[in-house]
This record gives sequence, structure tokens and C-alpha cells, in this order.
Amino acid sequence: MALDVTIRIGGRAGQGMQSIGLILGKIFTRQGYYVFIHQDVEARIRGGHSFVQIRIKDEPVYVHSDKVDLLIALDKGSMDQDQPDLAPDDIMIFDVQEMGFTSDNPARLPVPMEQLAMEAGKNKIMANSVATGAALALLGVDLQPLLDRLDEEFSAKGPEIVEKNRNCVSSGYRYIQRHFKGYFPKKIPPAPFKKEKLLLTGSQAMVLGAVCSGLKFYSGYPMSPSTPIMEFVASLGAERGIIVEPAEDEIAAINMVLGASFAGVRAMTATSGGGFCLMVEGLGLAGMTETPAVIVVAQRAGPSTGLPTRTEQADLDFVIHASHGEFPRAVLAPGHAEQAFYTMAKAFNLADRFQSPVIVLGDQHLNDSYFTVDHLDLGRMTIDRGSIIPEEEMASPLEYKRYAWDESGISPRILPGQGKAVLYADSDEHNEAGHITESAMVRKAMVVKRLRKVEGLRREMDPPEVCAEPDADLLLLGWGSTYGALGEAANILTRSGLKTEVWHFCDLFPFPDADLLAQLPEKTQIISVENNSTGQFARLFSGQGGIPIDHQIFKFDGRPFSPRDIVTRVYRAL
Amino acid sequence: MVTLDDYYSDDPVAWCPGCGNHSILKALKQALVDLDRPPHEILIVSGIGQASKTPHYLRCNTFNGLHGRTLPVATGIKLANHELTVLAEGGDADGYTEGGNHFIHAIRRNMDITYLVHNNQVHGLTKGQTSPTSDLGYVSKTTPMGSLSPPLNPLLLAVSCDCTFVARGFSGEPEHLAGLISEGIQHRGFSFIDILQPCVSFNKTNTFQWYKQRIYDIKDDPSYDPRDRMLAFERAQEWDEKIPIGVIYRTDRPALDEKQPVIRDMALVKQKIDQASFEGIFESFR
Repeated sequence: MALDVTIRIGGRAGQGMQSIGLILGKIFTRQGYYVFIHQDVEARIRGGHSFVQIRIKDEPVYVHSDKVDLLIALDKGSMDQDQPDLAPDDIMIFDVQEMGFTSDNPARLPVPMEQLAMEAGKNKIMANSVATGAALALLGVDLQPLLDRLDEEFSAKGPEIVEKNRNCVSSGYRYIQRHFKGYFPKKIPPAPFKKEKLLLTGSQAMVLGAVCSGLKFYSGYPMSPSTPIMEFVASLGAERGIIVEPAEDEIAAINMVLGASFAGVRAMTATSGGGFCLMVEGLGLAGMTETPAVIVVAQRAGPSTGLPTRTEQADLDFVIHASHGEFPRAVLAPGHAEQAFYTMAKAFNLADRFQSPVIVLGDQHLNDSYFTVDHLDLGRMTIDRGSIIPEEEMASPLEYKRYAWDESGISPRILPGQGKAVLYADSDEHNEAGHITESAMVRKAMVVKRLRKVEGLRREMDPPEVCAEPDADLLLLGWGSTYGALGEAANILTRSGLKTEVWHFCDLFPFPDADLLAQLPEKTQIISVENNSTGQFARLFSGQGGIPIDHQIFKFDGRPFSPRDIVTRVYRAL
Repeated sequence: MVTLDDYYSDDPVAWCPGCGNHSILKALKQALVDLDRPPHEILIVSGIGQASKTPHYLRCNTFNGLHGRTLPVATGIKLANHELTVLAEGGDADGYTEGGNHFIHAIRRNMDITYLVHNNQVHGLTKGQTSPTSDLGYVSKTTPMGSLSPPLNPLLLAVSCDCTFVARGFSGEPEHLAGLISEGIQHRGFSFIDILQPCVSFNKTNTFQWYKQRIYDIKDDPSYDPRDRMLAFERAQEWDEKIPIGVIYRTDRPALDEKQPVIRDMALVKQKIDQASFEGIFESFR
């Protein structure tokens, strides 16, 4: 039986669940395991109920599991709300003081976390460190990697903090060994320490992808769940030569990005649906002036303020259709962190080559979850700035025309101030020189020129990633962050006798060439799976490909699909 | 030597005859020639409205963007290439309503940008509706009972936000205006120039004569010191009887583009993408 362990850490916001999850995640990633960390948090800084769930496998993992093997309940709320997700023999450890009672049930293990934290660290806030040590002991894992990890984690805060945390984790570890050794049935075999794999969130992968694509300018306004993108770019900014300018609103953010891009540097912004609403006139401006721009939209449940910290895939229609008028754009929706990294390179290249806005569609589930990634290959990060003509290649700098006609729809750019030529870019309809025009003939030609780029972009769209199953009975269709849930659901279904193939789309718009639909397996039921309530992708797929979808599975409660969610719903649909 | 001919544009001008914009255009070109700056080093970002057509009528790099959004675009451009001389240009409605938020924050940032606002106290391009600087009681098709709200005082707003260069020009005094624009461009920081301008088609109140009778050059008052903020507050409020033009307020504060460490040694656009430097970027994720 393959290794598959899920630990949930539940408590109030502010109790440090995320740091337990992340520290454990790093330790197991370094031992060569694959980790997925799922965060279910409320939009508050203190209190309420949140949990972090870490899943450890010996093969790549892209999604959380419903099956919790070990619950660390840091408060009463966790015991009330998380315990129902446990089977009777799943293990829970809980804080005796916090709960006000103890237990002699061999699956419900009382650990005096706050008391041990007071003794070992002189501060009950370090109960999370005690819990981390306790969890490691239950999993039968050596303590030393954790102690090493603490040195790295807290060294900036001084030797005293490192020492206290070391004492706390050791104390939790010893307590389990003394009282509950062997109580947890699953064991994670010791593995040699390696520093090869990476553990990172979708947001971090996007930023690394952008930076390794030559990002030079970022402007944005904080909005969950996109904020960590801005924070991470800002943390790299000075060292990596990237300017990060906080904007007064998302309107300013997109306009600053367009300004920087017009001046010649790679520029991006990130936001969520509500912020993108404000950016929409700027999106049209990018389309009309033919200015490259990369915009990450990390979706959350909407409309309006919606559920700020929770996930949804309901902005696909919006980003495809946003703005008045008709102009080219590309929409890409990576399914996991590794894909997010390479997708950013593609987004910047498409934006530059087609002088158009490119939207990278993430969501809370993709952006906030941590993934173990084997390797990110810089060799795959080619940088193509598109058609920029240097002065010496111009017939005459005085004759340069920004919107010169070309069959491809792409007119060579110049960068202002880099030569004697000047350029006019205009949001009004314009002639080849960029001056305002109302000529019917020129208008028509310019619309045609811009829309030529749609076909060029379409040729760049990759087909879906197909997880093929010969003679499949069932085809699951999905896009973006459902990647992991779709793959695992298909495995479960296939194992149980329903041969299931998966098509996962990252490149969504312009919709990839219709020829690919000829590859659809025959006599197969098609079921689309989307984290929304109306089937936005299903409409795109059927509309563009002319292929009807037999059943649709929706989820719009602000929570991501688990594999089991999909399996249950498939059986209900058939 | 740069001459006026270098700034010639063949794009036909689409303004009403007698419009103040013609003189503002002339003053702008004169200022650029006086500063001996060649067209390819100039970049003008404009919004939407009659004023925003200006950059088409001279030879220079132009980004004619959206209504009210000149300043963020100009900010992005200046941060990406601070070697360019960047101006933003638009009308009163563009800058003071739709762009009001950006105006306040551009002042805060103190980017080295010169911002020209053609203020004719009316929406010209959409044919004469009440603007944020129209007088109280101003009658137009959008305020048939007369404007119920008093006009915004852009100079007072700028002084209160500690804008580092606050000036007012008048399209009827193009030489004076050229001097102001030139001074504004030379000022290291955000230079704001509100330019009073009659609208010959729609504003029958604030006419050329109306302004001519009230305008005076603040420099003619030897006691006035534009570095005295309290005096600036007073003069910025002068309006009905006498209207000052000239530099109302100035102060020194480092420009954002000076403070940004990433571009201390080289313009951002000139910094090469060094793919070899990306090795090691993943270390903290291991």
C-alpha cells in the first residue's frame, strides 16, 4: 500500500497552524516525500476556526484528501468542528488545558501542550511547537531534521527564540514517546535527507516564474487571495531589480503596468475578481493600444466581496469577455505549482509577441496551497520579447508607424527614448501612425489587424493534458486548480471498474484548435467538473467544439473538490 | 539646437477656432525648445477630452490613454525609464473627477512628472456639461437648475497635499505659460500646472475678457514667497476679484524615482535580463 498520510491542524486564527503545516511540509519534502498543504482559513486575523491540512505521499500529490489520519486540535472549536471528520480509530491529539478535560480513548490522546510550552518555552503561544514535536513522534519520524529546520526558521529572531522552540518541540516529542508511543498506526519510513525538491505555493511558483521571465515592474493593490503574490515580489524586489509600486487602486495598478510595459519592461499585476472589475477598462486599453500586460486573477468566491479567503472558478466567463469592444487576449489557468511556474513564462512571451493582455487565472486553492515540486528547469524559460525594432534597422526614424499594417496583425514596436523615432499610442481608434481617426476604412482595417492576432494566439494554445485510459467509459473534463482532484478521482473510478480518462485544460482562450476534439474517445460519457455553479468551461467547450457534455458536476460552497467529492458525484450522475 | 520645426506634427488639429488649447500647445512647444530637449526624449501621457488631443499635435512620444488615467500611466513610464522627460496632460474633468484619486496619490509619490491641466471649467468634448470646476449655479444640460455644488479648488487641494510644485497659467499669456512649463519640467518632483482657459463654444461666463480683467502675475508682488505654505493657502483661494498666475507654491522633497533603489544607477529599461542570476532563487524553497 502506497504511503498516504493526512494530518489536520485545527484551531483559532493566530494559533500558528500554518507554521506547523509548513515546517512538517518542509521536513517531509526534504526527505524526498511529496506534500500537499491545503489551507482552510477564515477572513480574520484572530479567533474563529481554521485548519491546515498536510498530506504526505511517496508519489506526486496535487490535492488534499478527505481522509484525515491525524488531527491536532489546538482548541475546543477544532475538536467540535474537525472531530466529526475522523473515523473512530483515527487519531486525535488535543490540549488538555484548552479543552478542560482528558480522555482514556486510545484514539483521542490528551497532550498538555500549553503547559509544556510554558515549561519549555516560557510562553503558551509555543504550544504549536509542542504540537509539531508531538506529531513527528506519532509518525515515528526522527526529531533531528525538525531541530535543524527550527534553526533555519528562527535564526533571524535570535538564539533565544531558536532555543525555546527547540525545547518545545523536544518536549512534545518526548511526551508522545513516553505516553503514546506506537498509538498512530501509520508510519512514515525514515528517508535520507536531501535538498532537491521544492515546497512552494501556487502564488510563489507564479512569482518565481515571472521573475525568471524577466519581470521588472509590478504594481498592485492587496486583495485576497492574490496578496501573497505582491508580497513575494516585493520581498525580491531590491535584490532582483524589480520595482514594486503599491497602487491607490486596481485602476492605477493596471495603468502603471501599461505605462511600464509601454516604456519597455516586462510588467505585471495580480488581483482577485473584485479588483479585476476595476482593471477592466485598462484591459481594453491594453487591447487597443496593443500594449503587453500580464494580469494574474486569483479567483475567490464572488460576486462582490463574496468569500474573501475561499475558492471558486467562477471568473472564467468574466475574464474572457471583460471590457467592451473586440480585441485579442489569452487566458491560461495552470493546475498546480509546477505548471504555474512555466505558465508565467508563456504568459509573458505571448503578451510581448502578440502585444496583448494575457490573463493567468488562478484561485485560492491553487494560489494558497503548497505543492512539492521535483525540479523547476530554468533551461525551459526562454524569453521572447517579440517584435521590437532597433533604430538601425529602420528605413527612416521619422517615418516609423506604431500600427503599421502586417498580415499577422503584429506591428513592430519601438521603445520610447531608445532612438530618434517617436511613437504615438492611442486608446481612440487610430491610423497606422497612431493618430486619432474616424475614417470608416481605417477603422475596419484596424479591427481586422487586431483580430488577426487571435488566430496567432490560438495556434500557441496547448491542447489539454490528457490522462488517457484505453476504451474509456468516462471522460472527466476540467481546468485550472481541479487538476489534482480530477486525476485522483479518475484513478479511483478506473480501479473500481469505470474506466475514466481525464482532459485537463490549462490554455483556455482563445480556445485551442477544434481539431483536437476529433481525438475524443468514442462512445464515452463526458462529465465536466467545475468549481462554479453554472458550468462556464462546459459552455466554452461545447460552444467552441460543438460537442455536447453529458453531465456537469458543480461545487460552489467556497471549498475545493476532493477526489472523493468527484467520485461520489460521478456515481450520482450516471 | 532644437527648434520649433523639430516639434512639427502633420496631424490635423481638431480644436475649435479661438480655443485656448492652441495657445497652450504653442507654449508647450516653446518650453520644450527653450529647454533644448529633442522630441524623442519627451513622452506625454494624455487622457480623454479636448486637452488630451494635444500630444498628437507635436512630435513626441505619446500615450493617449483613458479618461482620468494619465498619472498612473505616466508613473509606470517614469519608473521604467526615468531618463525620459515625462508630462501628463488632460482637462479639468479628466484630472479632477475621474482622475481625482490618482491626482492625490501622484502628489504623494512626488514622481518627477509635469502635469498640465487645461482647466476651462466645462466638459468640452461632450458639449458643455458642468465640470468639477464649474462655478456654483453654473447652468448646463446636466445641471439645468444650476450646479448645486461649489467648484473644486485644485490649487488649494495641491497645496494642502504638499505638492512640491503648484502653479497656475493662463492660455491668454502663452509666453508666461511657456516659462511655467519650463520651470515645472526643471523642477525635480511632481509639478502641477493648472491652466485657465476659456471655452469659446460652451463657457459663456469665464470668457477671455473675464479672465483678462482678473489675472495678475504673482511675481509682481515682491512680498510673495512661494515657499511660504500659509501664504500659498491664502493666494490659492483668491478668485472672484483677482486671480493670481505663476508659481503659487514650491517645496523640496526627494522624488520617488530618486528614492527607488532599483534605478539608482541605471534606468530600469536598460537593465538587462540576466538569466544566469536566477540560479539560486529556489534555495529558500528547499
